Amino acid sequence: MMSRDPLDELFETAGSGNRRALGKLLTMVEKRGETAAKVSERAHRDAGQARVVGVTGAPGTGKSTITGRLAAASGASRPAILAIDPSSPLTGGAILGDRIRMDNHVGNSAFIRSMATRGHAGGLAVAVPDAIRVLDAAGCDPIIVETVGVGQVEVSIAAAADTTVVVVTPGWGDAVQANKAGLLEVADIFVVNKADRPDARGARRDLELMLDLGHRSGWRASIVLTTAIEGEGIDDLWTEIERHTAHLRESGELIRRRCRRRRDEVADRIELELRDRVHQIIQNQSGEFALGRVDRNELSPAAAAELLLSTLTSDKPPEG
Amino acid sequence: MSEPPADTSFPPETDFGAPIRVVLAKLGLDGHDRGLKIVARTLRDAGMEVIYLGLRQTADSIVAACEQEDADVIGLSMHNAGHLTLAPRMVQAVDHAGLDVPVVIGGIVPADDVATLIDSGVAAVIGPGASADEVVSAVKAAVDRQTDAQ
Amino acid sequence: MVESMSGIPLDPYYGDELKPGEYPYTRGLYSTGYRSKLWTMRMFAGFGTATDTNARFHALLRAGGTGLSTAFDMPTLMGRDSDHEWAIGEVGRAGVAVDTLADMEDLFAGIDLGDVTTSMTINGPAAIAMAMYVAVAEKNGVGRAELGGTIQNDILKEYQAQKEYIFPPRPSVRLVTDLIRFTTAEMPRWHPVSISGYHIREAGSTAAQELAFTLANGFAYVEAAAAAGLDVDDFAPRLSFFFNAHSDFFEEIGKYRAARRIWATWMRDRYGAANPKSLMCRFHTQTAGVSLTAQQPENNIARVALQALSAVLGGTQSLHTDSYDEALALPTEKAARIALRTQQIVAHETGAASVVDPLGGAPFVEWITGEMERQANEIFDHIDQLGNGSMLEGVYGGIEDGYFVGEIADAAYRFEREVNAGRRIIVGVNEFIEGDDQESNLLSIGRETEDLQLKRLEQVRGDRDDDAVRASLAALVESAAQPDVNLMPPIIDAVQTYATEGEIVAALETVFGTYVETAVV
Repeated sequence: MMSRDPLDELFETAGSGNRRALGKLLTMVEKRGETAAKVSERAHRDAGQARVVGVTGAPGTGKSTITGRLAAASGASRPAILAIDPSSPLTGGAILGDRIRMDNHVGNSAFIRSMATRGHAGGLAVAVPDAIRVLDAAGCDPIIVETVGVGQVEVSIAAAADTTVVVVTPGWGDAVQANKAGLLEVADIFVVNKADRPDARGARRDLELMLDLGHRSGWRASIVLTTAIEGEGIDDLWTEIERHTAHLRESGELIRRRCRRRRDEVADRIELELRDRVHQIIQNQSGEFALGRVDRNELSPAAAAELLLSTLTSDKPPEG
Repeated sequence: MSEPPADTSFPPETDFGAPIRVVLAKLGLDGHDRGLKIVARTLRDAGMEVIYLGLRQTADSIVAACEQEDADVIGLSMHNAGHLTLAPRMVQAVDHAGLDVPVVIGGIVPADDVATLIDSGVAAVIGPGASADEVVSAVKAAVDRQTDAQ
Repeated sequence: MVESMSGIPLDPYYGDELKPGEYPYTRGLYSTGYRSKLWTMRMFAGFGTATDTNARFHALLRAGGTGLSTAFDMPTLMGRDSDHEWAIGEVGRAGVAVDTLADMEDLFAGIDLGDVTTSMTINGPAAIAMAMYVAVAEKNGVGRAELGGTIQNDILKEYQAQKEYIFPPRPSVRLVTDLIRFTTAEMPRWHPVSISGYHIREAGSTAAQELAFTLANGFAYVEAAAAAGLDVDDFAPRLSFFFNAHSDFFEEIGKYRAARRIWATWMRDRYGAANPKSLMCRFHTQTAGVSLTAQQPENNIARVALQALSAVLGGTQSLHTDSYDEALALPTEKAARIALRTQQIVAHETGAASVVDPLGGAPFVEWITGEMERQANEIFDHIDQLGNGSMLEGVYGGIEDGYFVGEIADAAYRFEREVNAGRRIIVGVNEFIEGDDQESNLLSIGRETEDLQLKRLEQVRGDRDDDAVRASLAALVESAAQPDVNLMPPIIDAVQTYATEGEIVAALETVFGTYVETAVV
């Protein structure tokens, strides 16, 4: 009798709704390395069904509450949330506090996973698509990815979705900040949260003006007003997301977006792999030797780099 | 001994050693979260990933978070003299769910109760006034023991 | 004639420039200070079932006390019944369990409520506790107008520090102002809110943050009550404050003095109060529970004594001293007695009560008073900006965007790191650590309390008229949906049907929603 591949078994269990199994698979892709590659490959077989929604915006805009409520409003039986927060660049640690704002709204239906950036932009660019793939393969749908919209990487993570939602609040100059961070370009839907504040309509007007200036073809970003803490406007937001999904399907844009996403991921993966190899090269014997010569000024930095690059481009893997 | 500053452009280790993931929460109604917040920052500064659940959690909500987050350890803070009732319930809930996750308790726990808690399956009790180092090593030790036992 | 221990005659106060009893009251509210009235030595009591606490009350009254102070257990403070899932292990532990009017009847059985003053430390469900108290009194033939006492009813600091909230901030503040309107109209002897910095400090804030956040909350309530149609001089004289007495002796004294000055100035200049009583910052003080150490716990007696002395030199109106064993468990009777004796030593042996503001005029004391005020003003500016010129909106904004909890968490972490790094010495904790004997004589409360209380609740639910309960709750929900209706009368109606606290809270939650904190770590 042939013993079954443990990975297949884990996927099967996760697919049947077992949260522990799914949690373990996500840990595997987060850790990177050989196991991650296997899990990613296995997940790829079954993925491609789920709708992926990115939610981003400045800190304090109420993203997490919106994300939690959105998962509930989707009415789906197995929604998933990937909540991404930055790791401390100094210690590698992180405080992941988004669940608090989600748990109460989604009840028991949603699968929520907090993910730290782990101090490595390139790593995140690979780990997040892998995590989405695993959730997708396990049957979760929709998958909502939430990031803080401050760094370029975080924004691009949320932008690598079928539908990207950008959250702003009135009265904080967020619209301007959104513009700076490049959030305007990536938004399919704007949410003006805390719409019970007096200047909410002003914020909407500012956004409309900015959209008038930089109009994209096909889909003009829509604007939804919400008061997430009260749950107001969330159903409207979900309806708008579905309208956008329908637009993507009808216009063929969905396929184009997903192709672009996969192409970007290929580039990201190569870049990450190269970085790792660069790291290995400068740490191995010949690297140390070359760097020593640079220290003693026997070799210029440029010449040393060229020397080491030749080992990188050679077919054989660098010695450890 | 001073450590070199972390180089953020490259991962510090090639085996991509994953940080310890710890779920921190308060069980029940007790709202004293000053200690829990300090511990959250202390563990973050020791390189751990802290999934902060905060106040008003139940044993079930903590177990649910542990499963989804694939946490390595649970940290509970208790200030309401309810630890003898609540801590064993937490341990039972973890066992019942089939999780191999140690439970570490901090807060106000009289020395006389420590042995009772350990007997009921709590991995470690961190007393009031413990230093940052003591907190970090207690959590690490609890995770290590669990890993060795597997 | 008041004399020193060695027979030297003493004036009521010294210094001519600024006198106690004069605006802006930096040196004290009254020129005679503690000579005319010593501070109230108010000790908190409450544990187990209502019957247990009632026995403790009777003992206190027999010993000559006139003030009762009630601590409720966590489920009661959170508006949940004793049989709620969250209540397990907490019933009757940190205070008395009150689920229905029946418990309140037991709690005050045999006590003439027209004859005592009662302090109730409760916030989220304050309106319900107040309603039960009124209902008990009236059932025993004491009119609500005769009732004297204080209810903490300070919900804003719950979002900032203590975390015992139920509803979101705005509807909660409506309940606070409903209670203020109710007592202003019908209970002239009642203090409807005790604006509390104590818990802000316990959560780890600095002295200046405690001062500023507390007074800002005070300004917020003044604005809310004014918006509800009250004249500032009608209710402001009944407002009182509650501060922490922490370990930095002179900083604390500066904090109390600055509090009086700021409150008087703002109330007169910004809120147009004319009645001198509206300008007076009256406050209760409690020593810092967070400063007590589990190591060498007897050292806490010395800490508490010095903290109490700072509160007295700062001119507090009443004082609670912590028991030395509180870092370990609930206080034993002996520890509670030593805590009270500490106050009595300060009052009767040290001479601190002989002269008003004895430190006034000292360059350092005046400077640190000014520094406290300066730092507080910076914080007020920030809150005022957040609210576009409204302190009430500014406080809401600061709660929503995590300003208060963030500032407090930062301060707490900074302090902890300094202790860890040895830059601050805590005696017996990170220095002078030899000689730690663990205290083994600690108070613990058994499970019997929980069982008794659950039986009591079941019995009350069985005996009452369920139709009347349902009707009163439906009427309450209807009133809650109308922002201008005062909710005190329908809540009194509901408690009289023996609706449980949890049922009343659940009814209000259908209109108000439930608050979940935004985590800022």
